[in-house]
Order: sequence, then structure tokens, then C-alpha cells
Amino acid sequence: MATVKLSNLKKSFGKTDVIHGVDIDISDGEFIVIVGPSGCGKSTLLRMVAGLETVTSGEVQINGAGVNEMEPMDRNIAMVFQNYALYPHMKVFDNMAYGLKIAKTPKAEIAERVQSAAKLLQLEEYLMRKPRELSGGQRQRVAMGRAIVRKPDVFLFDEPLSNLDAKLRVQMRLEIKQLQRSLGVTSLYVTHDQVEAMTLADRMIVMNGGIADQIGAPLEVYANPQTEFVAGFIGSPATNFLPAALVSGAPAGTTVGVRPEHATLTTPDHGLVEGQVSYSEALGSETLVHLRLSSDAAFTVRQNGMEPAPEEGHACGVLWNSSDQMHFGADGRRIATP
Amino acid sequence: MAGREQHGMVQKRGVGHWFTHLGLIIGVLIIFFPIWLAFVASTVTQPEIVHPPMPLWPGDQFFNNYRDALVSGVNAPVAKMLLNSFVMAMGIALGKILISLLSAFAIVYFRFPGRKVFFWLIFLTLMLPVEVRIVPTYEVVAGFGMLNSYSGLIFPLIASATATFLFRQFFMTVPDELAEAARVDGARPMRFFWDILLPMSRTNIAALFVILFIYGWNQYLWPLLITTDPSMNTIVMGIKQMFPSGDDIADWPVIMATSILAMLPPIIVVISMQKLFIRGLVDSEK
Ligand SMILES: Nc1ncnc2c1ncn2[C@@H]1O[C@H](COP(=O)(O)OP(=O)(O)O)[C@@H](O)[C@H]1O
Ligand SMILES: [Mg+2]
Repeated sequence: MATVKLSNLKKSFGKTDVIHGVDIDISDGEFIVIVGPSGCGKSTLLRMVAGLETVTSGEVQINGAGVNEMEPMDRNIAMVFQNYALYPHMKVFDNMAYGLKIAKTPKAEIAERVQSAAKLLQLEEYLMRKPRELSGGQRQRVAMGRAIVRKPDVFLFDEPLSNLDAKLRVQMRLEIKQLQRSLGVTSLYVTHDQVEAMTLADRMIVMNGGIADQIGAPLEVYANPQTEFVAGFIGSPATNFLPAALVSGAPAGTTVGVRPEHATLTTPDHGLVEGQVSYSEALGSETLVHLRLSSDAAFTVRQNGMEPAPEEGHACGVLWNSSDQMHFGADGRRIATP
Repeated sequence: MAGREQHGMVQKRGVGHWFTHLGLIIGVLIIFFPIWLAFVASTVTQPEIVHPPMPLWPGDQFFNNYRDALVSGVNAPVAKMLLNSFVMAMGIALGKILISLLSAFAIVYFRFPGRKVFFWLIFLTLMLPVEVRIVPTYEVVAGFGMLNSYSGLIFPLIASATATFLFRQFFMTVPDELAEAARVDGARPMRFFWDILLPMSRTNIAALFVILFIYGWNQYLWPLLITTDPSMNTIVMGIKQMFPSGDDIADWPVIMATSILAMLPPIIVVISMQKLFIRGLVDSEK
């Protein structure tokens, strides 16, 4: 049972400002994903909540109390690291029990809590093994188990799945989501993978160079990106951006954004823009048609895999609904379409 | 063509193999021969040694000579000298390991004022082995009244940079996330040190223990200087003290038995720790 509140949270390393003021109110049991490209300060933000990094200015509150000056152990949080950070010389059981042992939890209770976490994570047969005798996915589970047994107020995850192969990543993603739902623990989860962010988050924070560009529910962020960066980062393939001069009716000086899934191909002279097909990628369920527009800009159209894909060099027009067209000002911020 | 060439190479390697082995065997025999002579000399009587030709096969005095050496020796019982050497070597090895573990821990995991300065001060001691600072060190030890004592034998030899460096290098390979995970688990720094860093360093500790034990065991100059009481002699310097001065006759069988006894503990340490090394290497983990 915990709420987390970040108020104008900032971080500098020496003279370099890394986090430029993040505000968010996280309610109890919420799953928040911090997403953004590498180096944008996601880990730094998470580590400030954990207490592993000092806060330069602003405040971190857990359950309404400021925790800026508290050690990680006193914040009642648990963290899952990218490289698992399991203690190599300890058996799985001891890895999971270590925090409880330090907290002087009675032996019987430790055993019981570790057993029930192991059961939840299907680790029961591995409790007496050393971490190096486990597969990547199992190590990941142990790292989660170590977090669970402590019954923390807040779970913190720093790219926990990025060392796993693609298939396992999808499976573990689902497991994490189910686990978090059933335990109802407030969670902050860092990832650079927008699919992970979309599937896991109740709300996500899209970070861009130390700024929280947008905070919102995944579908809301997808449908209504507030900045050019968010429009380009969330959604795959990425949004097409064109200068306003190329699109008739667009407000002068803006950048026009159109999602590939909102555009359709048509015959030349009938589209809003014209171009030639440079290549197509047929993925089965969908086909990505990459065009070179007459203005030399690149443009991608996503069409259903059942539709015939145009040949390379084929000239065509591109159409979209004007309601799907987004406009961004010179500062990258969204401009409300009149 | 290619096949024949390959065949030729294999053959050549086979012959080379035998030559290498032959060379090694001859080398071992040459090195081992004086030790064998010492062993033979420790099992015969005094007259048999001093009258040429020198015996090449062990005699029947093994138990007598070794009992004489251990119980009475020449100046002091060899058993006592073995004990002194053992205390000194253990003290130096364990003391050095403890101090260098702690100082490496401080240097790697804590940002404190003067961290660089301390690092370089430690580095500087590398250039000051006992022999270089022996006179001032003697002054200090004498001033503290530590002549003829275990603490006098041990403490001046404990300060060491080499081991600190070794542990510093090892600690720097330990991922930061491990220290952070321990911090989140609620481990204070010393708890992290004992519960996590120390067990992870155990193969390094074992390797260092072997090296330092032998280093301590083989100390000659320092014990010679500060132990004037024969009952505080260490065995390595004690052998020299057994040589007669003036017209006395050397009791060669006892001296040789002492030499052989002096060699045993390092060998035992190497062999017993070697197992731990190999186990450490096999379960290589970090
Ligand atoms: N201890 C540090 N000292 C100096 N700069 C740092 C430190 N940690 C991170 N940074 C810088 O802060 C920025 C954000 O880092 P990080 O939060 O790790 O990014 P992300 O997790 O989003 O990839 C990076 O430019 C990085 O170089
Ligand atoms: Mg990161």
C-alpha cells in the first residue's frame, strides 16, 4: 500500500543537468513505466526514487513522507536490476532471504516467505542452486523473488528484461504484469522498449533528454502525443514527419506528423503527397511500404498484409484523414489543430 | 601433399614432446639432488658424513637425528623454531590479507577526502621493502620494546601495497549493481564486506595466503636482527645460527634434519591450498 510523489525532481552530476524537473503523483498499486531512448535519464530517475542516487533538488515522497535523506533500506522499496545482481556465492534461497536476514526476520518466517515466493515464480526446485547454475530467465525470476519476499511498498525495475532473448522477454513481460496485478504493489519500471511500455503500463512517463515529455495512459499517449518526440518514439513504425510546406492546408512553419497506419496509398495525383515506392517489407500480417516523396522526404505507409504490395519504383499518391494529421511547432510541442 | 606435411608435423611434435620431457626430468633431478643429499645426510651419523665418500643412500639414523633436532637442536629445540616461524608466517600472511582487504575496500567503495593521497601513499610503500627501511624500523621496534617478540617479528612486515593492489583490482571487477543490491537489501557497508565481498574474494585470498606464507616463512634478515634470544629464532635464520663458531664441530645430521624440516611447512601449505585454488578456478564465479 503506497503512493509515490515526485515534485520538481532534478538531478545534476557536477555541472551536467541530467533530470530537469519531473512531477508525477503515483497512486497506490499503479504500474508506471518510464520509457525513453538510452541516456535520457530513466535510470537516474529510478535510482533517485530508490535512494541509490542523491536528489539535487525537488522531493521524493513515499506515502506522503519525504524520503530524500533516507537510505534505500529505510524506504521499503525493492529493486530488480538489469544484470540481476544476484549474489554469486549464495544459493537461490539465501539470495532471496538475504534482505530478511538482515532485517532479523525470524527463521521460520523467512523460510515460509521464500517458499511462497518460489512457488509463485516456479523456482521451488532451484532453491538450493547457485545463480550460475540457472538460465537467464530463472535468474531473472530469482531477482524478482528477492524483491517479492521483502513485501516492499514499491517495486523498482531497471530494464529487467533487456538481457533476455526475444521470446523469453515476451513471456516474462506477461509474468511481471500478472504478478504486479495480483500483488497490487506500486511499481516503477524503466525500459527503452516502447512495446514493453505500451503493454505493461497503467501510465507511462516518456522521457526525452531529462524531461518528462508526456505522462499518460499508453493508448492516450499513442493517440494524443504532446510533442514531436513522443509521436516519433511511441508507435512502430515511427510517425512520418513532413514540413508544413509539403502538405496543403497545414499551418505554416509547423511540422506535420502522420502515423504510417493512418496513411493509405492511392493513384498518383489523387494523394495529399506524391512519391515513388523505394521498397516494401512484407511482414505477413502487414506490409510496410517505404516511399521517397517528390520532395525527397521519406515516408512509410503501413497496409494490411492481404492488400497487394506495390512494386519498387511504382509512382503513387498518399492519403490520410485530416483528423489524423498532427501539427508540431518549432519547439516540438503539439499545436491544437483548428 | 598437405596431408604428408601435417603428418610430418605431428611426428615432429611427438619427438619434441619427448625431448621436452627429458629436459624437464633432467632439470628436476639437478634441482632435487642437493635436497636428496640433505635428506641422506639427515639419516646417517656424523662420522659417516665427514669421512669421504659422501653417502648417497639414506642410513638408519632417521628417527634419532630428527628427534635430536626437534627436542634439543643446537642452540634451541627445532620444534620451538618451527613454532616461531609458523607464528611469524601466519601472522604476516593473515595480517597482510586483513589489512589489504580493508584498505582496498576503503579505496574502492568510499569517496573520502584524501582518497587519492592515501592511494599514492600506499603505492609508495611498494618502493620501501624491509631491507631499505631496516635501520629506522629497528629503532622503532626496539623503542616499543618488541625485540625478541612475535609482535616485533610480525608487525613491521605487515604493511604491504602489493596485496592492496590485488584486492583493489579484484573489487573493481565486482559489478556496482551487486553493492547496490546489497544496499537495497539493507546491508551496511561492513555487512556487505563480510557477507558478499569476502566470500567472493576467497580464491584470491587463498592465492595470496600461499604467497605471503612463504614470504613470511623465508624471512631471514629481519628475524636475524631482532631475535637475540635463541628461543625466539625462526627456523630459516636458526639454521645459520647452528653453524659452529671457532673450533666447535658442526652437528651435520641435526643441521640437515633441520633443513629438511624447514622445507616441509611451505610444501604442505602449497599442496593443501592448491586444491582450494583449483576448486576456485573450476567454480569460477563473480
Ligand atoms: N554517475 C554519473 N556521473 C556522471 N554522469 C552520469 C552518471 N550516471 C549517469 N550519468 C549521465 O546521465 C545521463 C542519464 O543516464 P541514465 O539515467 O543512466 O540514462 P538511461 O538509463 O536513460 O539510459 C547520461 O548522459 C549519463 O552519461
Ligand atoms: Mg539505464
